[in-house]
Amino acid sequence: MLSRTADNLFWLARYMERAENMARILEAGYRLAAMGTVVGGGHTEWHSTIIAAGCETGFYEKHAEATAEAAIDYLARDPDNPSSILSCIQTARRNGRAVRTALSADMWDAVNGSWLQARAFRDEDFAPDTVRRVLDWVKERSLLFTGCVGSTMMRNDAYWFTRLGTFLERADSTARILDVKYNVLLPTYETIGGGLDYVQWTAVLRAVSAARAYHWIYRREVKPWLVAELLILKPEMPRSLAACFIEITRTLELLSAAYGRQGEADRLAGQIHANLRFTRIDDIFQMGLHEFLTQFIDSNVRLGHEVSKQYLT
Amino acid sequence: MATAFDEMGNGDSCRMPYRTVSEWLASTPPEVFAHKRREAEILFRRIGITFAVYGEGGDPERLIPFDIVPRVLGASEWDFLARGLEQRAKALNAFIHDVYHERAIIRAGKVPESLVLQNESYLKAMQGFSVPGRVYTHIAGIDVVRVTENEFYVLEDNCRTPSGVSYMLEGREVMMRLFPDLFARHRVQPVSRYPEALLETLRSVAPPACKDEPVAVLLTPGPYNSAYYEHSFLADEMGVELVEGPDLFVDDDIVYMRTTQGPKRVDVIYRRIDDDFLDPLAFRPDSALGVPGLMRAYRAGTVTLANAVGAGIADDKAVYIHVPEMVRFYLGEEPILKNVPTWSCAKPDERAYVLEHLAELVVKDVHGSGGYGMLVGPHASKAERAAFAEKIKAGPERYIAQPTLALSTCPTFVDAGVAPRHVDLRPFVLVGADQVRIVPGGLTRVALRDGSLVVNSSQGGGTKDTWVLEG
Repeated sequence: MLSRTADNLFWLARYMERAENMARILEAGYRLAAMGTVVGGGHTEWHSTIIAAGCETGFYEKHAEATAEAAIDYLARDPDNPSSILSCIQTARRNGRAVRTALSADMWDAVNGSWLQARAFRDEDFAPDTVRRVLDWVKERSLLFTGCVGSTMMRNDAYWFTRLGTFLERADSTARILDVKYNVLLPTYETIGGGLDYVQWTAVLRAVSAARAYHWIYRREVKPWLVAELLILKPEMPRSLAACFIEITRTLELLSAAYGRQGEADRLAGQIHANLRFTRIDDIFQMGLHEFLTQFIDSNVRLGHEVSKQYLT
Repeated sequence: MATAFDEMGNGDSCRMPYRTVSEWLASTPPEVFAHKRREAEILFRRIGITFAVYGEGGDPERLIPFDIVPRVLGASEWDFLARGLEQRAKALNAFIHDVYHERAIIRAGKVPESLVLQNESYLKAMQGFSVPGRVYTHIAGIDVVRVTENEFYVLEDNCRTPSGVSYMLEGREVMMRLFPDLFARHRVQPVSRYPEALLETLRSVAPPACKDEPVAVLLTPGPYNSAYYEHSFLADEMGVELVEGPDLFVDDDIVYMRTTQGPKRVDVIYRRIDDDFLDPLAFRPDSALGVPGLMRAYRAGTVTLANAVGAGIADDKAVYIHVPEMVRFYLGEEPILKNVPTWSCAKPDERAYVLEHLAELVVKDVHGSGGYGMLVGPHASKAERAAFAEKIKAGPERYIAQPTLALSTCPTFVDAGVAPRHVDLRPFVLVGADQVRIVPGGLTRVALRDGSLVVNSSQGGGTKDTWVLEG
């Protein structure tokens, strides 16, 4: 297939996934902020949400302070923020439109329909007390898209590049959502594992729809290292870094088998995957959760570049 | 202006092809039409059949209004048209070949030399170069208007990159979805074979150097082009790659496309980019849409371009005057379809007549398209006509003039109900090295404003489904 087509499919999937994850990050921020006010925590939760979303620089160029309104505006709909939910949907649609011939009719419907509906939102839909409806809508649309990919695309390279985009983006965002929690500074009188810490970790679980999975697997109260283990190392948890890398390495293998060649992307993906398979959660906490996540995000970005070099240009 | 010929028939005298449609119009309440029209709009919007209008601001992806009352042609009417279209397309192709080779028609004194050799559309780069199958305009969109029961005139021969065929095909799809019962009561000839016919046409003109299955692609300027929807639609229906300039490159005079599996050779390019932008090394150096080296590869005979570079010499509005002569000269036949009588402002006596009769004529810029740069005399104000007269005097060779024809009307659903509106017809003629293919029908464009004769989509015109009934 055309390299440009593959590139557009890859980014279409990334942006649809990013829209969903931006909604999830905002939701985590919301839950944390709702607790923060209980202990007079001020606006630090929104500050950390913006850092975790990777939007710190752009945000503070426009806003002096991380209030709920400003954070929601910037992350949900600011056209100047290329990662805002509405920007993501717009970019996804642009990518889809550029390669319509490579999309199944249902995929196009999902993407184009999302874009049409997103255009109909009004200012009041983004107020702090109403934006949750938009966030639910975004998750729904993104699930619809991945559903269409799963049930209507031929299993060929077009599908594989789409899936690569989805999982690279998802791995990135799970790491970032975990990092939201890290970036929330606990009030000094709180201890790690204390009551507030507990609700915060629960908020993270809920944001990635993993609360029930947690109880199913661990059958005990929420512990920070177990939440981290679930979202980083457990292959049965579909948004975990390990699960994403099972998909990524398998997809890259299918591609290299079909094309009869391998490259740096395959090597790097294998290395990241091995690291996730053979690391224990104790080692991660030893190294520092935040440091681990930062390193992961960096290698994940590098992998994106390598995939691009190998196939998309 | 005399009362226009109505294709359904005036008053009680309903014409044969329209019998069922006429009953349907009479028995259907207006609310149903209004409802169906809304449904049609939703379908068009959902499929994404939009049209970009430049420089107007607002919604950059506008819908072309679609009228739900079909335009109906009988089998014999169509057969007559189709023969005329095929004849015309053959003559146009023979003309293009001739002017880039022997120039017999010029030497015979039938077409003035200056009109060809000094024409902006005449490309020296094409002189002496023989294209596969001697086909230059593989896809011609020939605009036809009807004046009476048996009189059809050709308004324009679009020989470069005519568009609108996706409206013909999607319009039919939408109609079949909205009015299955109406189709059941007619026998309408299908148009859906068009993409297949186009692909067969493209494959028939693969360069001799191509030994395997020809690889055809569709070259588009990209998503910002007004006809992008059509480009992606056709590529999709034909099952060929939709490429942009940067997807292609030329190595050792061979054209390749960049794929995830490395370079892949391309044999036939259905290009929807204008000549000027095709190759920055040969034409406009600032073109980012084209492919550097494409013209060298083309002239080396390793790739076919459809339509051929330089084909525009045949659809110039001043060259148009000579098409009936081309039919006689190359084919030895009498033209089946008429030309509209046309005055050339380049000739002093004809110019004088035009300036004298501006209020009755349509004056067109020979290089204009899309309804821009024209004067519709009877609808223009005195001041507009005076201003246009100055333009004609300043550059007379730029203008031609034609009488305002009484274009036929068709029943059309407008705000006031069903009323007659003026229409034209653009059938798409496919010329291959093996044969000429025309699917029965075309794009009917309709001037939605009462009395208006301007059907261009950029000027507020709409489209209709065109039915050709089985004999």
